[in-house]
Amino acid sequence: MNEILEILEKDARTTPEEIARMTGIAPAAVRKEIKKLEKDGVILKYKAIVNKEISREDDSGVRALIEVRITPQKNLGFEHVAERIYQFPEVTSCYLMSGAYDLLVVVEGKSIHTVSNFVAEKLSPMENVRGTVTHFILKKYKEDGDILKQPERSKRPAITL
Amino acid sequence: MKISKLVQDIPPSGIRVFFELVLGMKDVISLGVGEPDFVTPWNIREKAIFSLEEGYTSYTSNKGMIELRREISRYLKNKYGMDYDPEEEILVTVGVSEGFDLAIRAITDRGDKVLIQEPTYVSYGPVATICGGRPVPVKTEPQNGFKITPGGIIGACDKKTKAIVLNYPNNPTGNSYSKKELKAIAAVVAKKNLTMVSDEIYCDLTYDFDHTPFPTLPGMKQRTIYLNGFSKAFAMTGWRIGYACGPKDVIAAMTKVHQYTMMCVPITSQMAAIEALKNGERSVAEMKREYKRRREFVISRLNEIGLCCHKPEGAFYAFPSIKKTGLSSLEFSSRLLKQEKVAVVPGTAFGASGEGYVRISYATGFDKLKEAMVRMERFLKSYIT
Ligand SMILES: Cc1ncc(COP(=O)(O)O)c(C=O)c1O
Repeated sequence: MNEILEILEKDARTTPEEIARMTGIAPAAVRKEIKKLEKDGVILKYKAIVNKEISREDDSGVRALIEVRITPQKNLGFEHVAERIYQFPEVTSCYLMSGAYDLLVVVEGKSIHTVSNFVAEKLSPMENVRGTVTHFILKKYKEDGDILKQPERSKRPAITL
Repeated sequence: MKISKLVQDIPPSGIRVFFELVLGMKDVISLGVGEPDFVTPWNIREKAIFSLEEGYTSYTSNKGMIELRREISRYLKNKYGMDYDPEEEILVTVGVSEGFDLAIRAITDRGDKVLIQEPTYVSYGPVATICGGRPVPVKTEPQNGFKITPGGIIGACDKKTKAIVLNYPNNPTGNSYSKKELKAIAAVVAKKNLTMVSDEIYCDLTYDFDHTPFPTLPGMKQRTIYLNGFSKAFAMTGWRIGYACGPKDVIAAMTKVHQYTMMCVPITSQMAAIEALKNGERSVAEMKREYKRRREFVISRLNEIGLCCHKPEGAFYAFPSIKKTGLSSLEFSSRLLKQEKVAVVPGTAFGASGEGYVRISYATGFDKLKEAMVRMERFLKSYIT
């Protein structure tokens, strides 16, 4: 795996100079490689991982996982319907699944009410959507490899030989 | 109570006061820790918890559970091509610490001399003394990367010399030995008829070349007590588990002492160790990659801020020279701690030949390493012009 990517995936703030030191690659070459990764769309963007469980924003809202069953369209498959769904800003993730349903859609809204409205008014009536099952998320423990908890203090003694 | 003369005569550690200073201070960035900053991988911890739930709470065979000894044998075979019989040539110990103690007890008679490379890990000398032996420091030179040389060994040997202790990758210098260098050492070990006690606890953290275990050198298996453990590579320091491998007579002798003094290693730790060997490879590789990156970063920064430091080949220590500052190791460390709240270990903690050097552990996250280097740079500006 590309080591520069691995470092940036752990901490996107690592500067090209620091990456150069960590890997022994020249700083100019690191900068060039990052530019290329960005240009090729391998690196899409850099953003902070916010723990909404403790961000204390009252409107941090609710999330639901929605199973969506759809009728595939001739020549278009699931692609076209998926696109119509994921363009909505309320949709934060959208996956094509194997198994009992077709799309797994993650929707975020201010309240249960807003999410329900979205499902009832936008998703369900959509042509080719055969049915939906909505699951509200009660608490998040871990997301994309990050445990959503304040990191604990180190338990090691400060000095040992 | 009256304390035995033997124990009374062990000199107190010269840097105790410095240690208390570090432990008493708040918000220190510590580069003084000799253990991984990672916690033990979850699969290993989970296995131990499960073993407790299942009721594995008894003593085990003195030598350690046979399943574990088989796993150790398999691991050494697959990784290093070593050949040890799990029945008679492997003993599970309470860390390399106990393994070392047993090894020295098993091979030294009163007054026998044990050669110890210096700078050295702190336990070897005192343990040799407690066991009735006489530790003989063999000074090493910075221009040789603090490595012991065949000449150094021959120069330190006399009729009473029984054994030599080697530790590579090394604590505190981070240095290791190439196969060629080891072959030269093996030749004098054979010539002088010495027993080699080889502490290879950092072997899985070797970055630039393949680690060569001492017993794999021609003729050395029957002369070597090989010590290894789980503390460093698997981030399992608190579990207190390691192992010793060697010819069956010496393992039997070590087992004799172990069965009376220790009985066996805690079963929970043995359960965890089995899981570590079976399914720990990926975690070890991941931690190693992270250490390697930190090594590159720290060495590059140290040299940039004026602390000359060659690149260590293993473990998680850098051992830069601080001679340019004109300070002693202890002064340097004390002032750095007070002025910038960064803790390093004075080189003299590892013997007199560590003067002029400090040990920096990079078993610490990048955020802290980066900040520590900024602070050290500021500190050094007032000393190096
Ligand atoms: C060189 C060396 N040997 C042995 C040990 C102790 O290892 P264990 O935890 O297996 O007793 C250490 C720990 O710092 C060490 O650095």
